[in-house]
Amino acid sequence: MNTATIDARHLLCPLPVIRTQDAVADCRPGDHLQVVCTDPGVMHDIPAWCRVHGHEVCAIERSDNEITIEIQVGEAD
Amino acid sequence: MTEQRKAVALISGGLDSLLAARAVMDQGVHVEGINFYTGFCVEGHTHAIREKDRARPKRNNALWVAEQLGIRLHIVDIIDEYMDVVINPQHGYGTHLNPCLDCKVFMVNKAREWIVEHDFDFIITGEVIGQRPMSQRKHTMTVVARDSGAGDRLVRPLCAQNLPPTLPEQKGWLDRDRMYGFSGRSRRPQMALAAKYGFEDYAQPAGGCCFLTDRQYSVKLEDLWKTRGRREYDVDDIMLLKVGRHLRPRADLKLIVGREEGENRFLEGYRKRFVHMLPASHVGPLVLLDGNTDANAIELAARLTARFSKGRDAGQVTVEVNDRDGNSRMLAVRPMPADEIPADWYL
Ligand code: SF4
Repeated sequence: MNTATIDARHLLCPLPVIRTQDAVADCRPGDHLQVVCTDPGVMHDIPAWCRVHGHEVCAIERSDNEITIEIQVGEAD
Repeated sequence: MTEQRKAVALISGGLDSLLAARAVMDQGVHVEGINFYTGFCVEGHTHAIREKDRARPKRNNALWVAEQLGIRLHIVDIIDEYMDVVINPQHGYGTHLNPCLDCKVFMVNKAREWIVEHDFDFIITGEVIGQRPMSQRKHTMTVVARDSGAGDRLVRPLCAQNLPPTLPEQKGWLDRDRMYGFSGRSRRPQMALAAKYGFEDYAQPAGGCCFLTDRQYSVKLEDLWKTRGRREYDVDDIMLLKVGRHLRPRADLKLIVGREEGENRFLEGYRKRFVHMLPASHVGPLVLLDGNTDANAIELAARLTARFSKGRDAGQVTVEVNDRDGNSRMLAVRPMPADEIPADWYL
């Protein structure tokens, strides 16, 4: 299992979602991905994107200025 | 067993593409969604920037549509390629800088490339004849199909009965009678169909789907092109045009003034790219300076910054001026009175 981190800070939605999508395309089922963002819109959009593609959001952590979302990549179809 | 046919639906996030995709899914076709991000999409952006918008539910409407339909949604970044559409539209602009017809052709063409790559059979859009003044007349329907190269693999389920049969109809993958013959500007047929399917709470975009249909936004973009002497932009330019008050007090100087906390925070992300200032003695906005930053420009910008601060009626306001390298200094100025700011400074 691999864990990768992507830096989506200072990008506005839906760009963090697109960066996540591109990174997931290079992952294998079970891999973990951490996405670091500043746009609060990701708290809604990344989980929604994960739901429609069958990936799991493991954790959302929020500090003063940053949001980190951890995803476990689901099975490819 | 008959082969499972596959279609990709252009999902804007509005009601029409939701219904169009659903009508095809009802006929047993496997549908996935595709959403193109041009950089100008109203979707998702400003809602996250402005503090006052934070109370509203934040959602990406295209993702919401995909969830309602239970389909995958592929969001594609076309910011760079789309520039040529905005800068040189062959079919011209709509009311403002919206190149709707070229935009449709471009997106359907991208969808065509996508179906070739992913081995899908056809493309669905939510277009309705006569819905929008420029891009959805009957003639333009033909132009989009032809110029995009999609031809008869482009299906518009909401008005299919008013158009010649497409390949999926000819091949029997879709039953024409189970599609629709909507036309014109009335939204009633779509609303009735939404009610039939039980869709509620769908997005109802007022103008078009992007900032290019907005007058004020188009004025700011024109201004950018004019002052640069070139019709070009990069992604930061078009993001910044969505944020703050824009003032041009001199031909070679533009100020971007944060209107509230959320915008100030967003503008802070550009601190290293612009000379910027903020009031130190009073509460006030972050201001970016775009253009010439000679001593006169700094003085003028500082007086305007003071004007938009809580010290606007004070005799003097101290403003912190920061250069791109992170050096800062203090400048005490008299706030510019409102009546000394000509209306045409505001873009
Ligand atoms: S409103 Fe904007 S996104 Fe919609 S068709 Fe016109 S140019 Fe394209």
